[in-house]
Order: sequence, then structure tokens, then C-alpha cells
Amino acid sequence: MAKTLTQELTKGLWEEIAPFRLVLGLCPVLGVTTTMENGIGMGLATTFVLVCSNILVASLRNIIPAKVRIACFIIIIATFVVVVELLMQAFTYPLFLKLGVFIPLIVVNCIVLGRAEAYASKNSIVFSIADGLGIGIGFTLSLAALGAIREILGTGKFFGTAVFGPSFEPFTFMVQAPGAFVCLGLMLCLMNLVGSK
Amino acid sequence: MREMITMVVVLTVLSTISGGLLSGLKNATAARIEVQQLKFVKGPAIKTILEGVTNDPIADRFAIKDGKMERKFFVGKFGDKADTVVLESFGKGYGGDVGLMVAVNVKDDTILGVGVTTHSETPGLGARAKDDPGFVSQFKGMPIKETFKVTNDGGKVNAMSGATITSRAVCSAASDAGMIYINLKPQLEEKLKEFNK
Repeated sequence: MAKTLTQELTKGLWEEIAPFRLVLGLCPVLGVTTTMENGIGMGLATTFVLVCSNILVASLRNIIPAKVRIACFIIIIATFVVVVELLMQAFTYPLFLKLGVFIPLIVVNCIVLGRAEAYASKNSIVFSIADGLGIGIGFTLSLAALGAIREILGTGKFFGTAVFGPSFEPFTFMVQAPGAFVCLGLMLCLMNLVGSK
Repeated sequence: MREMITMVVVLTVLSTISGGLLSGLKNATAARIEVQQLKFVKGPAIKTILEGVTNDPIADRFAIKDGKMERKFFVGKFGDKADTVVLESFGKGYGGDVGLMVAVNVKDDTILGVGVTTHSETPGLGARAKDDPGFVSQFKGMPIKETFKVTNDGGKVNAMSGATITSRAVCSAASDAGMIYINLKPQLEEKLKEFNK
């Protein structure tokens, strides 16, 4: 099963795109994607944590004792999450206010721990970076797509500017929680349709 | 036994490095975060409670040493009289400290208004203290010397339903602000004279 670096990088974009193929990390996927901006912000924060924790886990993989590996991974992940939280507060405060509690919750995002346990703890640093980057970008794209659909249909706006004429009645159901589930389900269905051919 | 020692050592070292890194980063970003909070949270909160103010309270701020702490005060001018000071205090909420801006009229020692700033309360429950002006408006016009309590505890403030802990936090923050204000009143009046020139 030896894969090339490019394969590792691109698998996260379609083959193993986290929210759709693995159906992991759904809490932020459903929670923050009311607008595309939120989705991208959340995706990039998660990508940063994913890449950094993958690097550290891969470089320490021979030192960390097997019995306490999960505890070690969580310390590493939690550290980077707090780093992201502080940096977001310092540089993108309005976005931090909007994402709120979902930023600290990256700690328990199963994608991050999943990649550390399933990939980075068994592979070299370079491959782990590729893996983290790929999965992270895939996650960001999924959140951005979901956010864009929900924002356009739910508020009639895209990045804050109206896209439809004044006669458009916003489909507010889409920005509420049930709308997120429906939208995710339809996207999943569409991806399976395309993928099955 | 050897395995046990490795586990303890690895976990300890990892936690120590993580703790050190984070406290370093926290110190490094503290100043920037404060500026951002001032711009996006505290500034708007001050402007809301000081409705109709004729100066820029964020620009007209000063600090007074209170024991070891340095406390910041914002000055509100109405017409050409600087007779209002705004100070921030904190109360223990459900998810950490709840910050409260309290505006006090120096002439008659009454509260002009209060507003919640930084908090990590539950969205929809405790967070209403910030989003819903009904709760904080109860403090308007009350004498600052009072110790504020919710009605359950024998006080005058009606707690928000489902968010008693947050309501208590706001009350204790307001009471704290009162104590700080009374302690520092002579210095405050001195400072205010400079703004009245």
C-alpha cells in the first residue's frame, strides 16, 4: 500500500474527504457553516491544528509509549488548539467571536485525533504533513461549500453582498440547524451518485 | 517498571513543554488581544451604555493604581461636563469570567448603565446577558453603593430564566465595580477634573 506523496496529499480532497466520506467531525460542520466565511475560518483553524499535531506526533512517534499514546496526542492537539485560539483572538477577533466555542472544541474533533492515531503515529514526518494538509484542505473545502450553499439560500447573500434581486425571499430554514442536516445529506447523496459511476 | 517510568517521564515532559509554550504565547499576545477586545467588544459595549455621549470614551481613558492592580477607567462626557466614569469588573459565570462594563455618574453615584463584554456563557442561555438588553437594563438608575443580588438570593435583580449562575455573576461583578468605585472615588474625581478643563 505504498502511496506517493501526491496521493497522500490529494486523497483528503475526494477519496477520503472527511465530512462526506468518513462522516467525521460533523459537530463543527453543522454548527459553524451558517456563512461561507465562518466555514473557511473554521476549516483553516482545523487545518493548522491538524498539520502541526501531525508533525509533532510523527516526529515523536518512536518516543511516545504505546500505552499512553492517546493522552500524549491529546496534550499535543490541545496545545495547538490553544495556540490557534490565542492567535485568532489577537489577529482576527471578529471571526473568533463568531466561531466562539467551536474553536476550543477542535480538541475533541475526531478528525484530528483520528489522523494522529491512524496516520501520523505510523508514518514519517513529510508524509504526515501531506496527510494533514490534504485532509485539512478537504475539510475546509467541505465547510466552505456547505457554508456557501446555506448562506446563499438562507440569507440570499454571498460574503455579505446580496446575490438575488429584492424579490428573493430568504429560505431561513437553511441557516438553522435542521437545514444543515438536510443540506449535508443532499450533498452526501450527490457525492455518492457521482462517485458510484 | 522501566516502561512505567518512561510513561511518566514522557507525559511530564510533554505537559511541561506545552504549559511553557502556552504561557509564553499568552504573554506575547496579551497586549494585542486587549486592543482587539477594546475595539470589538468593550468599545461597542461602552458606546451602548453611554448613549448620547459627546466624547470618545475609548480615547479618553486613564488608569489608576489600586493596590497592585492597575485599573482602567473610561470617561464619558455629556455636553461639556465629564461626569461619568466607566469601569470593568468581573464575576464568576458558568463558563468562566463574565466581564461587565459599569457606567457610574459621579455626581449622584448612580449607575447609568451596564453592559456585558467578554464571556464564555452558554449560547441561548447565559449569553442572553449580552444579547438581550432587558436583563442589564434593570441596573439603570440603581445606586452603585448597593450590593446587588438576584431575587432568589433576596435581592432586587430579576434573574434570567435558565441562567441564574450568569445572572449572579453579573450581580457580583456590579457589586465589585461598586466597591472599586467607592475605594477610588477621591482619585477618580481628581482625574475627572483634568477632563473638565
